Amino acid sequence: MKEYSEGYIHSIETMGLVDGPNIRVVIFMQGCPLRCLFCHNPDTWNKLSKTKVTSKEVVDVVRKYRSYIEEGGGVTFSGGEPLYQSEFLLDMLRLSKKAGIHTCIDTAGVGYDTKYLDDILKYTDLVLLDIKAIDEESYKKITGKSMKMFNQFIEKLKEHKNKIWIRQVIVPGINDNEEYILKLKKYLKQFDNIEKIELLPYHTMGVDKYKKLRIKYRLDGVPIMDVDKCKKLENMLNYIEKNS
Amino acid sequence: MDFYDDFKGSKWKTNIDVENFIESNYTEYLDGEEFLKGKSKKTDKVWNKCKKLLSREAISGVLDVETFIMSGIDNFEPGYIDRSNEVIVGLQTDEPLKRIVNPYGGLRMVKSALNSYGYSLDKELESSFEEFRKTHNDGVFDAYTDEIKLARHNHLITGLPDAYGRGRIIGDYRRLALYGADFLIEKKKEDLSKLKDIKDTSIIQLREEVNEQIKALELIKKMASRYGFDVSKPAKCAREAIEWTYLAYLAAAKQNNGAATSIGRNTTFFDIYIERDIKNGTLTEEEAQELIDQYVIKLRLIRHLRTPEYNELFAGDPTWVTESIGGMLDDQRSLVTKTSFRILNTLNNIGESAEPNLTILWSKKLPENFKNYTSKMSIKTHALQFENDDLMRPIFGHDYAISCCVSAMRLGYQSQFFGARMNFAKVLLYALNGGRDEITGDLVIDGIDEIKGEYLDCEEVLRQFDKVLKKTVKIYVDALNIIHYMHDKYAYESSQMAFLNTNPEYLMAFGLAGLSIVVDSFSAIQYGHVRVKRDDRGLTESFDIEFDYPRYGNNDKNVDGVAVNLVKRVYRELRKYPLYRDSKPTLSILTITSNVVYGKHTGATPDGRKSGVPFAPGANPTQGADKSGALASLASVAKLPYKDYLEDGISNTFSITPDTLGKEEETRISNLVKILDGYFGGGAHHLNVNVLDKQMLIDAMNNPNRYPNLTIRVSGYAVNFNKLTKEQQEEVISRTFHERV
Repeated sequence: MKEYSEGYIHSIETMGLVDGPNIRVVIFMQGCPLRCLFCHNPDTWNKLSKTKVTSKEVVDVVRKYRSYIEEGGGVTFSGGEPLYQSEFLLDMLRLSKKAGIHTCIDTAGVGYDTKYLDDILKYTDLVLLDIKAIDEESYKKITGKSMKMFNQFIEKLKEHKNKIWIRQVIVPGINDNEEYILKLKKYLKQFDNIEKIELLPYHTMGVDKYKKLRIKYRLDGVPIMDVDKCKKLENMLNYIEKNS
Repeated sequence: MDFYDDFKGSKWKTNIDVENFIESNYTEYLDGEEFLKGKSKKTDKVWNKCKKLLSREAISGVLDVETFIMSGIDNFEPGYIDRSNEVIVGLQTDEPLKRIVNPYGGLRMVKSALNSYGYSLDKELESSFEEFRKTHNDGVFDAYTDEIKLARHNHLITGLPDAYGRGRIIGDYRRLALYGADFLIEKKKEDLSKLKDIKDTSIIQLREEVNEQIKALELIKKMASRYGFDVSKPAKCAREAIEWTYLAYLAAAKQNNGAATSIGRNTTFFDIYIERDIKNGTLTEEEAQELIDQYVIKLRLIRHLRTPEYNELFAGDPTWVTESIGGMLDDQRSLVTKTSFRILNTLNNIGESAEPNLTILWSKKLPENFKNYTSKMSIKTHALQFENDDLMRPIFGHDYAISCCVSAMRLGYQSQFFGARMNFAKVLLYALNGGRDEITGDLVIDGIDEIKGEYLDCEEVLRQFDKVLKKTVKIYVDALNIIHYMHDKYAYESSQMAFLNTNPEYLMAFGLAGLSIVVDSFSAIQYGHVRVKRDDRGLTESFDIEFDYPRYGNNDKNVDGVAVNLVKRVYRELRKYPLYRDSKPTLSILTITSNVVYGKHTGATPDGRKSGVPFAPGANPTQGADKSGALASLASVAKLPYKDYLEDGISNTFSITPDTLGKEEETRISNLVKILDGYFGGGAHHLNVNVLDKQMLIDAMNNPNRYPNLTIRVSGYAVNFNKLTKEQQEEVISRTFHERV
């Protein structure tokens, strides 16, 4: 009998409509090595949780929604950081592809086990690449970690030529300015397969979770990002993308 | 020019066969909304007058009542809104929004309704009616058994149409336009001549009824002539086709006050005439849109006189003028026409509204452009409902329509006997309480053993539940047999039956309320270790659940399986009894807004629901129980078996915030299409869609003036949010809104 790897998940959202193309079953995985200032899922930081499942169990759940996801939708592994449970993730990706399901990972490109990375990218149809910052100093400030792992990840990503959706959270006072957008635009030129760029306005809906977990919220007092302004920056980025 | 110039086919010419006429003549439309036009000056003027009247009506609840004349097909002078600008005419009475007194269902109900709005019936009219005429309500109560009265009084079986018009019948009103009244009369006379063998009372009854139908057709001719139309002959153009069809419907609304009186499935039929006129150069696109807009305006003004208690059950003054749109002809061709778009475009032209109850018959194979347009309009107006054509078409053929909210029937060939609902949660509570009502203490169902233990035992509860269910179903069947016998006798809908085949198949529509509560309760009893607290009468008062248990709405195989088994069990029980006019029993999971009132009259239940808390609407999972995301919730409901068990319909109401549905409008539109394809592809029957922010509803509750036209879908129909009671508004807001955090 085949052995399926086991891992920890936080929850499953059966109807994800904003994490990849069309309708996605979103698997929120447990554990993340980063501690981003604006993280709204601190409940997924810890690698362990009470929900230990096998890869097959997870993919079986996804398969139940075939009639919704078969036309352009699929599964999205999010988190936490899905790469943080590399072996488990790979197994789920493999099983999904075997079942003919479109796969997507929503990742910050960190926390992976190098020996699985090639295979992970091989079985991933689309990478939602979460950009935290584009220089070492800001990256460290925002995530608490060095940019080294991320940089190695994007090299692999370029090699594998996966389709990419770029995502970045825009936080007032940190990166909500045109100057940064221009820099980001230049930075993104290294990728050939970007299909879409989304700027996500910073919100405070996760703050309650911090209170419950008794973790200090470090962006206290920072206002939520104006949605229209964020959209403007996004349009600007996409515009210059197309016209450069 | 002859009536039938340019129309193809011959089968429909010799026999009444609207279906064949449509098949032979309609033009499928595959493109998008680009051709649509805005509202005409005339429509603008007419609608502006209506808006003023509607806002006056909103203040008092009722604008006016005709108290000197009683209901009847031709009892009223013609009425207009703005005569020179109306391209479709005809009102129920001589004034817009003036309501009719219809005492045939029950005089007491009429008096109470009049009284609550500050009117009284003309004394002479009242006394002569009382002296000479027995009502449906009188007849029913002469025949009701003590068991029925007790079950009714204790809210075990409620909302029964025993004091008001039963509705649910859909005349095939298109017949008047296609054939004219004279041909229909001729056909009825032919039928009559064949009913010669008086072998039992059913033939006597039918002979009398057919003659009533013929009289009704004669009266419809007279009524139409008051508006200057000769409907004895077929319609000659699009305007007449729409007008004739509407007048046939109007006759029904003048004669009866049926709870839900739907109008059928007319857009593809109208489109044939519109296409012909446009080709002949006698109609422009602007004029075609004008006809449809004004047809819709007329349907928005249909009113019936209701009591406040009735409004509490069915909030917002609904009439369920359900118009079914779309669907497929066969596996390849859809019945989508330009007029399917035009009627939705009316929502752009004159704004959203609860009526008519626009119902999209969905198939995976509908043209993409039409799917996208319905999705777009649903997101914009929250006024559409969707029903699975791929599920209904094999059962009802391709020319069926939805009656009321979710109940299909083949037009002209079938009719329905409306049967309200059984309170399923009470069936369970009676099983726990030895057949006694948990609130009144009345012994409603006898022969039930009392359950005494501190903790509930699943086997024992099931045993008693089965006994209560069997007896309740019998009482329910008896009640409906009596009601429909008496309704035919004292309040026969001759004007509607005139547009049906002489011997239609009858569907007797039973219903269940509180399914999710019973399902979750059984799951709680099995997995949650439920402890009962009883009051000093020994009746259940509250329940403590010691462990988490799986709940309906999470795509859990076991719990959803319980739901499936329960509805099958109820249906099998219903099949055991002979029904009036050899009806076929059908069953629905539908509450309309009555889920609030059902909850109010039902004590605490073993799923943890407190006494008085509203039920979930229709087949929805209990508020807050569906925790695995929207698709899991939808998937649970989709498992309920439509074919062979729940053919009266399975209502599900789905609310989602715009941000959750997608980032841009285009994505939202395509995502909703995919949700609908997936849901119906999984075998589900019906979906109300609300794309709304919860915050907006809360704001609307506190500041109704800011949202005068806010329409939302509730179980099976759309309603103006402001017309809901506070309790109902709160219930809507407390429901699961699928949103992303």
